Amino acid sequence: MERKIILENNDIEGIRFLDVYRQNGGYQSVEKALKTMTPDEVVSEVKTSGLRGRGGAGFPTGLKWSFIDKKSNNPRYLVCNADESEPGTFKDRYLMERIPHRLLEGMICSSYALGANTAYIYVRGEYKYIVGILNEAIKECYKNGLLGKNILGSHYDLDIYVHCGAGAYICGEETALLESLEGKRGNPRLKPPFPAVKGLYDCPTVVNNVETLANIGWIVNHGGESFAKIGIGKSTGTKLISACGHINKPGVYEIELGFPVEEFLYSEAYCGGIKNGKELKAVIPGGSSVPILPKELILNTLKGEKRLLSYESLADGGFESGSMLGSGGFIVYDEDDCIVRNTYNFSRFYHHESCGQCSPCREGTSWMDSVLYRIENGNGRMKDIDLLVNIASHIEGNTICPLGDASAWPVAAAIRHFRNEFEFHVEHPDIVRNIKHGSILQYTNK
Amino acid sequence: MVKVTIDNHTIEVAEGTTILQAARLIGGDVVPPAMCYHSKLKNSGGKCRTCMVKVSQGSTKDPRPMPKLVASCRTEVMDGMVVQNITSPEVVDARKAVVEFLLINHPLDCPVCDQAGECDLQNLSYEHGSNTSRFEEEKRTYETINIGNLIQFHPNRCILCYRCVYAAEQLTDNRVHGVLYRGEKSEISTFIQQAIENDFSGNMIDVCPVGALTDKPFRFKNRVWFLKPMEAHRTCSKCSGKVTIWLRGQEVYRVTGRKDKYGEVEDFICNECRFEKMNSSDWTIDGPRTIETSSVINQNYYAKKINPHVINPLKEKME
Repeated sequence: MERKIILENNDIEGIRFLDVYRQNGGYQSVEKALKTMTPDEVVSEVKTSGLRGRGGAGFPTGLKWSFIDKKSNNPRYLVCNADESEPGTFKDRYLMERIPHRLLEGMICSSYALGANTAYIYVRGEYKYIVGILNEAIKECYKNGLLGKNILGSHYDLDIYVHCGAGAYICGEETALLESLEGKRGNPRLKPPFPAVKGLYDCPTVVNNVETLANIGWIVNHGGESFAKIGIGKSTGTKLISACGHINKPGVYEIELGFPVEEFLYSEAYCGGIKNGKELKAVIPGGSSVPILPKELILNTLKGEKRLLSYESLADGGFESGSMLGSGGFIVYDEDDCIVRNTYNFSRFYHHESCGQCSPCREGTSWMDSVLYRIENGNGRMKDIDLLVNIASHIEGNTICPLGDASAWPVAAAIRHFRNEFEFHVEHPDIVRNIKHGSILQYTNK
Repeated sequence: MVKVTIDNHTIEVAEGTTILQAARLIGGDVVPPAMCYHSKLKNSGGKCRTCMVKVSQGSTKDPRPMPKLVASCRTEVMDGMVVQNITSPEVVDARKAVVEFLLINHPLDCPVCDQAGECDLQNLSYEHGSNTSRFEEEKRTYETINIGNLIQFHPNRCILCYRCVYAAEQLTDNRVHGVLYRGEKSEISTFIQQAIENDFSGNMIDVCPVGALTDKPFRFKNRVWFLKPMEAHRTCSKCSGKVTIWLRGQEVYRVTGRKDKYGEVEDFICNECRFEKMNSSDWTIDGPRTIETSSVINQNYYAKKINPHVINPLKEKME
């Protein structure tokens, strides 16, 4: 199953630099696309590849590209979303740090396909050092005629700019990102109109995740059909999974979509099992905003099938017994972890990061945060648990952007699967107040 | 022209009309309440989520329902669209939830609030709110801020509808006023508590749906339902001069723009008309301002005449 697309040649010394990258087959796709293909051919290759957005929602990239408004005379833009702020996700950072040219190669091909002459990379504020790496790589490209006017003699011009955010999670939402890029307050816009029609500076814009764009070079080189053969069903290609939490080998792994979760967790090549020989308790498979799954549901679906790392398999069973692949932030909890504290922590994060524009999210996130704070510190009541479920259901789906959903899902899922822990917190305030670290599970089970 | 059905009422409207505007053309119970939308302010709306409706059929071409509830103030109608407002329990439930969210940090100080009687939030919670609260945490509180000597800002009451931000942005050139911070901590603010000094700043009071921005000279002077609203005009070089003056006897207590039944002003007026012309001799009175009969401002004026219906069991025999 060892199949590398994005992290291909990752181990080669100096792959960060253009000459080494080119010696190892880099930028072939740019030559191929610009010299032998029309923009529409590139789009149709991406469509056949079945590549889906890697930022979390999993929307087909080719389809997204085909929505771009080609009738208007306005300039078109490609924006790369490198505002990777989801707790538990750090795949884009790894990619940009190691092989920045993979991203630039993909961006040149994509911009050509979309007819964009300007592209932006929006990097989150906390990744400031990556701005330097990217700028260095872009400089190298300009020097070697891969960017700027008349790229490789093809009469196609492209400029790529790197923009650094100021550290807001909400700016990872595509329309908030565009607002922020325009220099305004990062408030998500109402959709429709979608960015493909009215995006950056009211011009047609496509916003894609770093990992999505990093795939484009390979697709152009090898064709959409061979990409579609990798993976399983509608989940084509490979995916970077950033594994963290209580595992022996945390890190970023590239897996072919459809790889079994159990093997990923326990095999030596990947996570290498749970740390200190403990038992697995729960996993959040796609970054903090997707529902948490307990051990029995993450390894197997409710129907008894093996759970696979793919868009469909992880979503099997809906939110009742499933979750989402999301952005691939694989967070593992061992038996000694406290789910209530974890939920409180996430809730606090979403409270802090809500933009405050629409009322359900602004007021709801802070309300959930304070109720969870009470439960966590032994001041909860039984009715608070149902209250939390109720608040979460009222936020979900009623907000402008998905941050509302992202704040509601973890709370609802934690209570759905680990209600006994919440009840224990309410029933034993004295124990809860005294334990500041580790789990209370030892009291619930033993 | 496109055809749209809202709560079983079908109406033909021009293309580009929003669901809310179409509903207002039908009128009555069909109209979703709106807090942050203001028809005279560009880009307003979509934030408060009180006007959410269910679209059970997208259009004739694509009859699929929309997956989520949509903000009716910013969603344009399509031909053959079927919208459910009060006929959908989902919408009613969501609206109730939004009202609860808006009220959890609201001080509920209506008895001492100048906006009481003409407050959108008061009407909204009267209609959709619950009479108890599930919120047991401490409410967030701020100090009252004077924005110049004409406007007082009560951040506690603010529901962050952004209307005043759009008004300040769209009516005047120099933008000195916006939203600071993020999430629950966000607040309307001027640049380091600077005063807003321009000829149209007073309109922020009129566009505020709650009692957050209040007319400082009018503060605690009178309750709106003791005043008589009269339409009046004067020749003004800066604005249309068409206003509503609020009288008690012959005394002018305050001057506002002419608000329609959705609380949205027809014309923005200048500060000279609003704050300086406080004598009834300054104004030519056109006649009484019609206010929604349901409004508390109408008490004693337009009360429905009730004919007592006496049941007389002996009536037939007597005849």
